[in-house]
Amino acid sequence: MSVDATTVRRIAHLARIAVTDAEVPHLQGELNAMLAFVEQLSEVNIDGVEPMTSVTPMEMKKRADVVNDGDIADDIMRNAPATENHFFLVPKVVE
Amino acid sequence: MTDLTSLTIAEARDGLASKSFTSLELTDAHLAAMEAARSLNAFILETPDKARAMARAVDEKIAKGEGGPLAGIPLGIKDLFATRDVRTTACSKILGNFVPPYESTVTSQLWRDGAVMLGKLNNDEFAMGSSNETSCFGPVVNPWRREGSNTALVPGGSSGGSASAVAALLCMGATATDTGGSIRQPAAFTATVGVKPTYGRCSRWGIVAFASSLDQAGPIARSNRDAAILLRSMAGHDPKDTTSVDIAVPDYEAAIGKSVKGMKIGIPKEYRLDGMPAEIEKLWSEGAAWLKAAGAELVEVSLPHTKYALPAYYIVAPAEASSNLARYDGVRYGLREPGRNIIDMYEKTRASGFGAEVRRRVMIGTYVLSAGYYDAYYLRAQKVRTLIKKDFEDCFAKGVTAILTPATPSAAFGVGEKGGADPIEMYLNDIFTVTVNMAGLPGIAVPAGKDAQGLPLGLQLIGRPFDEETLFSLGEVIEQAAGHFTAPKWW
Repeated sequence: MSVDATTVRRIAHLARIAVTDAEVPHLQGELNAMLAFVEQLSEVNIDGVEPMTSVTPMEMKKRADVVNDGDIADDIMRNAPATENHFFLVPKVVE
Repeated sequence: MTDLTSLTIAEARDGLASKSFTSLELTDAHLAAMEAARSLNAFILETPDKARAMARAVDEKIAKGEGGPLAGIPLGIKDLFATRDVRTTACSKILGNFVPPYESTVTSQLWRDGAVMLGKLNNDEFAMGSSNETSCFGPVVNPWRREGSNTALVPGGSSGGSASAVAALLCMGATATDTGGSIRQPAAFTATVGVKPTYGRCSRWGIVAFASSLDQAGPIARSNRDAAILLRSMAGHDPKDTTSVDIAVPDYEAAIGKSVKGMKIGIPKEYRLDGMPAEIEKLWSEGAAWLKAAGAELVEVSLPHTKYALPAYYIVAPAEASSNLARYDGVRYGLREPGRNIIDMYEKTRASGFGAEVRRRVMIGTYVLSAGYYDAYYLRAQKVRTLIKKDFEDCFAKGVTAILTPATPSAAFGVGEKGGADPIEMYLNDIFTVTVNMAGLPGIAVPAGKDAQGLPLGLQLIGRPFDEETLFSLGEVIEQAAGHFTAPKWW
């Protein structure tokens, strides 16, 4: 399988990465090189093979559903590019 | 007094205990070495004030007989580990001036045991790379050079700063992380010892995530013993990481010098590649001969799905990365580029904050997870991963204790020499190491010799799950036979 320029733009948008028209051919070449490389997986017989979900056999740990941390709003906000009081500021999303 | 920076951790521990020198003296010697070696670009942030304060505090503890297992030992920390109140960037522009209000579990355990932080070490951006050339702080230079040449060589990656700093005697040991070979490949390129522990052995909490099912922290040091000392402090259960395993941490150092007599060591025939340099082949046979001389039994084994590990990795790892890196959106931390609306802001922020390699991997990961392609790529890769793991399980079920392979297909290469035209050329560096991450197993890279140009080469040992001790015992046999390698100082 290989990707065309339209698909490259669509993937970039899905990944929320802006690409310029000038970057598209280069990216298309690189992505196709990677897809060609992984193509060899199609020769493996995977009939009846379970997909790996956990590399070490372990039971999912659970804990009580209780608040065990908090009151650190200042810590959480301190690296944000734009804040007001204890809110993150973003460009307007509702008209 | 001998140069304090040339001591091993084990020797420094003895010197501190016998009051031959203080941690402050040891720390100052390393801070001076770091300053003199800035041309290597291994440290991207030096923290001398913090280092001296930590050293003074630990000297007081040592005086009272309260020093921990790493009391007074100065270490470097890969910039992937969050360090409280100390800038942590994963060497990406997108994290900008991120200053974590928390400490990673692994580093907090090092400080608990008395270690001293010298600063933060360079790495490939988000640990994506095999040469440390994708860092937003620029490439790291390997202290090793080809004989009679001034060409700057890469230290490998992604833990290139860690490997370079340890090899150049700038720190006594360093933390590192390994997703596809990022501890073992740089260790092999710099004649250092690098350990990728079993998945779940070290907590991933507070380590910037790349591919969560593959990422694992481990040490880079100048001897097997030093690596064993560091791993004991780094490992252990952490309730904050649900994949960290709740089993006791052994005294890895006790495994150093233990007999390997009767151990069955597998030599996988699939690792004998067409066109493999003769010196790598020779090194591998030499390693096998050393283990045999120490009483181990060598057996040829087969890991039939080896060749599919790297392609499967380049689906699984980018897929997980695209998900993990979705958090860098210019809202809660790091860089923000202004945009017409919120989507435009996300897209501009991520285009400007991520480097080329990271953008490429996030995009391929997005593609293989997207509707219509998930089964053909991601699901298939996860099934192949099951088969890769089964290869190893079959091998261990036949009584094989550990597997010996070359660590890398070549010695260190020049800065700017690889991957410019074709990303796959760079990815092939991890061909011998990536299987271990796919199977969640422990692996160690040990210096074993030099190539014709005088550059270090390493061997890799792969162990059963949670049997790092055996790897240290076998690694020590190779270390004793191969000797130690120190880069001639030119910087």
